[in-house]
Formats: sequence, C-alpha cells, structure tokens
Amino acid sequence: MTLLRVENLAKSFKGLRAVDDVSFEVTEGSILGVIGPNGAGKTTMFNLVAGALRPDTGRVHLGGKEITGHAPHRITAAGMTRTFQLMRPFYSMTVLENVTVAVLAGGAAKRTAREAAAEVIARVGLDRWRDSPTEGLPTAALKRLELARALASKPRVLLLDEVLAGLVPAERAPVMELLERLRTEDGVTLVFVEHIMAAVMRLSDSVLVLDLGRVLTSGAPEAVTRDPRVIEAYLGEDPHAQA
Amino acid sequence: MTTTTAPAAETAATKPLPRQPWNRHLLAIAVLTVLLIPLPLILPPAQASVAVRVLIFALMSIGWNMMSGFGGMFSFGHAAYFGIGAYAGGYLLVEHDVSPWIGMLVGMAVAAAFATLIGFLALRYKLRGAYFALATFAFAEMLRLWATNSEFVNRAVGYHVPLRPESSWWWLQFEPSSANYFWIALGLTVIALVVSVQFVRSRAGQFAKAARDDEDAAAAVGIPVMRYKLLTMALSAAITAVAGAFYVQYFLFIDPDLAFGSSVSIQAILPAVIGGVATIWGPVIGAVVMGPLNDVTATILRNPPPALEFLQGRGGLDVIVYGVLLIIIVLLLPQGIYGALRKRWSRR
Repeated sequence: MTLLRVENLAKSFKGLRAVDDVSFEVTEGSILGVIGPNGAGKTTMFNLVAGALRPDTGRVHLGGKEITGHAPHRITAAGMTRTFQLMRPFYSMTVLENVTVAVLAGGAAKRTAREAAAEVIARVGLDRWRDSPTEGLPTAALKRLELARALASKPRVLLLDEVLAGLVPAERAPVMELLERLRTEDGVTLVFVEHIMAAVMRLSDSVLVLDLGRVLTSGAPEAVTRDPRVIEAYLGEDPHAQA
Repeated sequence: MTTTTAPAAETAATKPLPRQPWNRHLLAIAVLTVLLIPLPLILPPAQASVAVRVLIFALMSIGWNMMSGFGGMFSFGHAAYFGIGAYAGGYLLVEHDVSPWIGMLVGMAVAAAFATLIGFLALRYKLRGAYFALATFAFAEMLRLWATNSEFVNRAVGYHVPLRPESSWWWLQFEPSSANYFWIALGLTVIALVVSVQFVRSRAGQFAKAARDDEDAAAAVGIPVMRYKLLTMALSAAITAVAGAFYVQYFLFIDPDLAFGSSVSIQAILPAVIGGVATIWGPVIGAVVMGPLNDVTATILRNPPPALEFLQGRGGLDVIVYGVLLIIIVLLLPQGIYGALRKRWSRR
C-alpha cells in the first residue's frame, strides 16, 4: 500500500528550478533512498515534502490525505517527521530534555514523557549521553539525537537528511542496523537522502535519482547504479566508488 | 550484519532519571517569603519604600524574562504592558470608581491581548533579533503618544489617584508608611515567581524554550511554534501589567512618560540582565541590586554632596548609573549574577 505519494512537485528560487516535476511513491514499510549529485535538489525536495517550504505546484499525500503546503508541525502530527542535515539540537537542554520535548509535542502525558524519552534514547544507543548537555557532544551522538527526537513523535514516515554524513565508517554500521530495525520492528517507512553509496545499496528497497531538480531515474538499487545516465550525472565517476 | 558497537538497548532502564529543580525552586520561594514578611516592621520607612520599589522592579522583570529570557524574543517595549496595567487601573478608578484590583485584572487582560496582537504581527512578518526588539519599542512609543494626545486618558496630565479618608484593602490604599503595601507587592511578586516556575516546567514552557533554541527543529518535532510564542508573550505582558497597576496605587500618580516611557522598558530589562536572563531568580536578584541604586541616585540628585553640586535638580543620573552597571555586568558576568553563581556551584 502506498503511504507517501508525491506528484509533480516543483519549486523555483528566483528563476532557478530547484525541484522540477518530481513524482514518486513510497510503499508502507519500505525504504527509499534518494541520491544525486550536489545541487540536485534533494534537500529542497525534502523541505517541500516536510512542509518547511511551500511547493509552487504539485501535491503530497500521506496515507491518502493531502498534506501539500501544511505547516511542518501539522505534517509531523499527521505522521511524518524529518531530521536535519546539520544537527539542530535544542542547545539549552540536555539530551533527555531534547527528546522529552519531542515526546510532549507528540501529545504524551507529562507524567510519562520522560520515561518514554529515556526509552527512545536507549533505543538509538544514546544512553551514555542521556543526561549530558548537547553542547560539546560528538557528531555521532548529535546525529543519533536527531534520530531520537524524530522517533519521539512516533512517525509512520521518517525523512532522514544525510543521517550518516560526518560519521566514520565504524559509526555508520550501528546506525544502519538501527534503521533496519526501525523498519522491521516498528514498521516505520523511511525516505533517506544519502551520499554514502554503500548505505544506499544496503538499505534501500528502491532508489530515486535526482539531477538538476528532476527525477533522472528510479528503481531497484543495483539497476539504478548501473544506469549509464546515473554514472554520467556523477560526472563520470562510478557511484560505487564513493562507497 | 555484524557490528561490534551494538546499540546499548540493554542498559536502558537501569539509570534513574535525573531529578528536576522545580520543587526546590518552589521551596526556596516559600522560605524566602516567610523570611521577608517581617521586613517592613524592621526597616525604617524610607528603606521600606525602597523594598517596595525592589518588588515592583522584580515584578516587571519577571514578566520581561518570561518572553525575552525563556521565550527568546527580546522585548524593548515592555513599557507598553506596564503602562497598560497602570492606565487600566488609573482610568477605571478615577473615571469609573472601580476597585484597583479589578483594574489590575482588566489591565492584565488588555496587556495580554495587546501583546498577542503585536506578537502576531511581528512573527507574521518574521521580524527577528534587533528588528523584533525595535518593533516592540515602536508599539510602546505608539501607546505613549496616544496617551499623551488622547482626551480619553486625560492627555499628558495622566491620573492622580484620589485619596480616601480611610485605609482600605478593597481600594488598595493605606497610610503612606503602611506595611500593607510591601505585603501586597510581596504577594504579587511571589505569585509571579510561582507562575514562572510552573510555566517553565509546563508543556507550554518547554515548547517555548524549544522554539527559542531552534524554531525549525521545534516545528519539525510537532510544536505549533506561533501558538506557544504568542502564549508566552501574553503571559509575560500580563505579569508586567500587574507591576504597572500596583505602581499607580503606590505612587498615586501616573502620566504617559511614567507609564510608557522607554526608561520603563529599560527598567523591565535590567534586573533580569543583571541577575541572569532565562533564570527563575535572575530578575529578583537584579531587582535587589537596582532598587537601592535607584533610590541612591534619586537622593544624590535631590541633595548632591558639595563635590557633585552641579547635579542639583538634574535628571538622568539613574540612567547613567544603569548604563555603567550594565557595561560592568556584561563584561564581568555575561550570564548575570545568578548565572555566574550557578556555574560556580555546579563546577564543584
């Protein structure tokens, strides 16, 4: 069953078509990887889907309901939450407080919110940092905090913007494993923008390739990365080489 | 799918959750209140009036701190809300013979409504930082000009509170040296402090802090940012309006400059900045510093010592002293007195 449907999404900035007629569908419980060279419009597309930007044209449907142009907090309430490429913690709060706020925003009772937040924190492997202020946390911990805060609102669809970027390979593996468990254990549907091809190949059920704001191609990961147009878009580099 | 650093789900429930400071704050407020109750009976009358002054500063600044400290929306126009409180009380009492207590409630409601309107406009047009602060200043100035020119509130003359033959709680009027003024101000300040503790620990307060830290991230976790910012502003305005309403009853006089002047906005800002922005105790500590200073500068201007004779009868010395104090605080204690103390305690 299609959970997220994006139709003919377009957005221009001062004449530059950042996202141009992008359509795709995501089946419930599946993982869609979004790749493309820098400037392909991946983050803009994310912002359009998550409500941070209003599209010029096109529609976004979540679970059969139209959410095009809704404010971000309403889209989160409707069941779709995003993370940010650059980590954006609530800087005055500890890790626990960051996640507690998100749990409260999801409508949980104040009495149980902190316990629920502690569970999410344990789930993403942040226990060690739970009571630390966010200032001075290592990148790997901040990335997990982004994830924990997004999970706190119990999303059906999770939009992940380069959740692995900035991590050393040893730190990536557990995060990838966590993402897989979110799908298998919680049934969360994932859409993730990622540069690290190994992760895209391993996690994705299907891959969407953007280039210059348009959908270049989409399909199974192996097929897509062998597509000559994709190789071309990466300026002749073999995308596998980036892994 | 083998990993060496498995996510540590097993250790989850073992660590107890950290304690939160709220009940300690409430306890401290209770203890302090009890300790302060006998104060006006001990102090000579002149000092007792300084103590009332301190409490008025504290009230104004507790209000300011809620919006600008916890909410992160820097207001340079809290004179608007102080003035609305003062004028609502003065107007209703003088023109319609309404009890100042009711005037206070009306002032709170009007100030909250006005803050919501200003806030909506400022946020709607995405004013930030200095532009936001300037907008709040402009609205306060607008009210000052309106009050100065409007027959409705007696133009530049303002209001004198009519003296009553007998002391009365209902009319909030006692002998000038009565300890009741101090007790009422203390009661109002304590209520405001408790409200600010409860606000910060509440859902709304946590959302307001999240929105202050990162508006987009707050929206992304599902917080309706605009709604909670407006709520914070309304609450902040209502508290500062209480200070205005009490001020009129204590000094028995209000005019457009005393109510809406920019020095009033500064008086709302300074205690929190001196004591510690976005802390529960900052505004109170700052007010304890500022109240006596205000009194000393006023005395010097009235009866300057021989060396400072040129100051006789001039105004503005208090503002100069505030300015110097502010520079010292910003340079030496950027987190305010309470912020610096807290840092020292937690380092031990």
